[in-house]
Amino acid sequence: MESIALLVAATLNAGTVLAFASLGLLVNERSGVVNLGAEGLMLVAAVAGFAVTLGSGSVWLGLLAGAGAAGLLAAVFGLLVIWLNTNQYAAGLALSLFGSGFSAFVGVRFTQERLPERAHAFRVPLLADIPFIGPAVFRQHPMVYGAIALTFALAWFLYKSRAGLVLRAVGESPESAHALGYPVRRIRLGAVVVGGALCGIAGAYISVVYTQLWVEGIVAGKGWIALALTTFGTWRPTRVLLGAYLFGGVTMLQFHLQGAGVQIASQWLTMLPYLATIVVLVLISRNAAFIRTNMPASLGKPFSPGG
Amino acid sequence: MLRLEPRAEPGRLMSVLSPVLALATTVVLGALLFVAVGKDPVRGLGLFFVEPIGSAYALSELAIKATPLLLIALGLAVCFRANVWNIGAEGQFVVGAIAAGGVAMMAGPTTGRWIVVPILLAGMLGGMVWAGLVALLRDRANASEILVSLMLVYVAEMLLEYLVYGPWKDPAGYNFPQTITFLEATRVPHLLPGTGQRAHIGLLLALLAVALCWLSLFRTYAGYQLQVVGLAPSAARYAGFSSRRVLWLAMLGSGAASGLAGALEAAGPVGQLTPHIPAGYGFAGIIVAFVGRLHPVGIVFSSVLMSMFYLGGELAQSRMGVPRSLTGVFQGVLLFTLLACDTLIDHRLRWTRRSVPGGG
Repeated sequence: MESIALLVAATLNAGTVLAFASLGLLVNERSGVVNLGAEGLMLVAAVAGFAVTLGSGSVWLGLLAGAGAAGLLAAVFGLLVIWLNTNQYAAGLALSLFGSGFSAFVGVRFTQERLPERAHAFRVPLLADIPFIGPAVFRQHPMVYGAIALTFALAWFLYKSRAGLVLRAVGESPESAHALGYPVRRIRLGAVVVGGALCGIAGAYISVVYTQLWVEGIVAGKGWIALALTTFGTWRPTRVLLGAYLFGGVTMLQFHLQGAGVQIASQWLTMLPYLATIVVLVLISRNAAFIRTNMPASLGKPFSPGG
Repeated sequence: MLRLEPRAEPGRLMSVLSPVLALATTVVLGALLFVAVGKDPVRGLGLFFVEPIGSAYALSELAIKATPLLLIALGLAVCFRANVWNIGAEGQFVVGAIAAGGVAMMAGPTTGRWIVVPILLAGMLGGMVWAGLVALLRDRANASEILVSLMLVYVAEMLLEYLVYGPWKDPAGYNFPQTITFLEATRVPHLLPGTGQRAHIGLLLALLAVALCWLSLFRTYAGYQLQVVGLAPSAARYAGFSSRRVLWLAMLGSGAASGLAGALEAAGPVGQLTPHIPAGYGFAGIIVAFVGRLHPVGIVFSSVLMSMFYLGGELAQSRMGVPRSLTGVFQGVLLFTLLACDTLIDHRLRWTRRSVPGGG
């Protein structure tokens, strides 16, 4: 029982990284822009967050720095694809490649550093003391609950608020939104920056809260998995969150199995999340009509107002 | 205010000038970066752009780096032209190296030089299998080739680690995660034996691939179909061109090229399998392909440029104590600025008096 509670707790923790990143990408893609640079954004945010937390001693400042750094880079990407109509795939790849190079370059001096050990867990009063459920769910870093809150806030924003309706309209049919007088390109830029900042929080969470250290390439494909999760969750916040926990679980299962003494080379277990991503993509994409009805209709297509 | 205005026709001059402009911007940013870390920018840039072409030995090292980049980028250019987003060349490279290594380790003390041919073929086959998986899942299940090919990079790296930490580990290797050093007969022949230069005949194979790629893209019906499918999918459908066939063609061709690059690396300069086989060539190849305008001849130049970045990064680390990952920064900046400069192919800058309504 104890170990299962720990597995659940670890799953929620790992899922939080994926949740922030894929919710960010969801906002991004709802506006019609695909950002393949998520991995690079998360890497830059991870090193920025680590540096700031190391210098200031504050986890929150670190997360904020990660969001800021990634938001800024995402803005550059946004200008490129929204105003200059650069191919979104190519520009996103450029961002990922730049991010991995830049973070490695800046991060060299941090590879030996460690953040001071501290108790991250936030005990939800009363609930944290319930046997089994307490240690499994209610003794987490506040950002774990932040991800859940963000999911519902985002669901409300997209489906119940006027601004959310406008955002969806921009992603479905930028021409119509433009004809109605909405500043399509500025709305898209806003979505790209917000999405980038959320990826940044995810990246900084990895280095500042999750591992509390910096190594080159620390994100290890989570940005790409987050991209797959938006498809998996058919661009709906709650489904994306569930997907994030599912993948968090798969990631954690490998350590759990190793801990349980399963006789299998660690490399096969490390492969699991990547293989799971492929399997999930295959299962969800098989139904092309289902994807088409759920996907923002203008996803990946450039828009220029004929002015 | 300065305004972007669409051109009636793509500017031919700009399409050649754009990479030059991007390179110039990268050099300026690079110089600033050297200043920012408190190093002499002139000396630093010299390590990147002068030293790697300064001697016969340096040129040979340049060729060693340019060979895999050239091969990989050729394959990727074919994919990108077909609008197939294979970004997992790194994985295809690794599996090519694994397959080649597997054959190389079968050689005994009496094996002749002929073994090099099956080694290279095995590499190509390995890359094709890995790329074929992507094509299969795209074709049969409509799964995004971007994500599948990328996920398979991690899977390939883990496969390599499993082999060199496990069943293929050199029993006499002091427990290091590496295979035996491949026998002399299995090694890719040097271009200039006896000079101590490591450049190998892979360079000739890569140049042969350039010619083959050019011919098949611009002089065959299949190449024509491939480009139409990439540029105008609906026109291609109307003409009855099969986009599925193009997908398979592009992926398998690209996988073979990346796999060959991996085989040449494993049986060439490295001479064994280690976890350090994946050196990022697969990702750098994406940049090489774009900077070379997705054109076989352009890619020859851009692969040389990119290998200068690699050598420059190594030199900057050993001589000036600047982290070697500077190479990655330069690569990323180059692709970014190139994409920005490419705007000028379809647009021109116009100075207008008033701001024009209807922007936003």
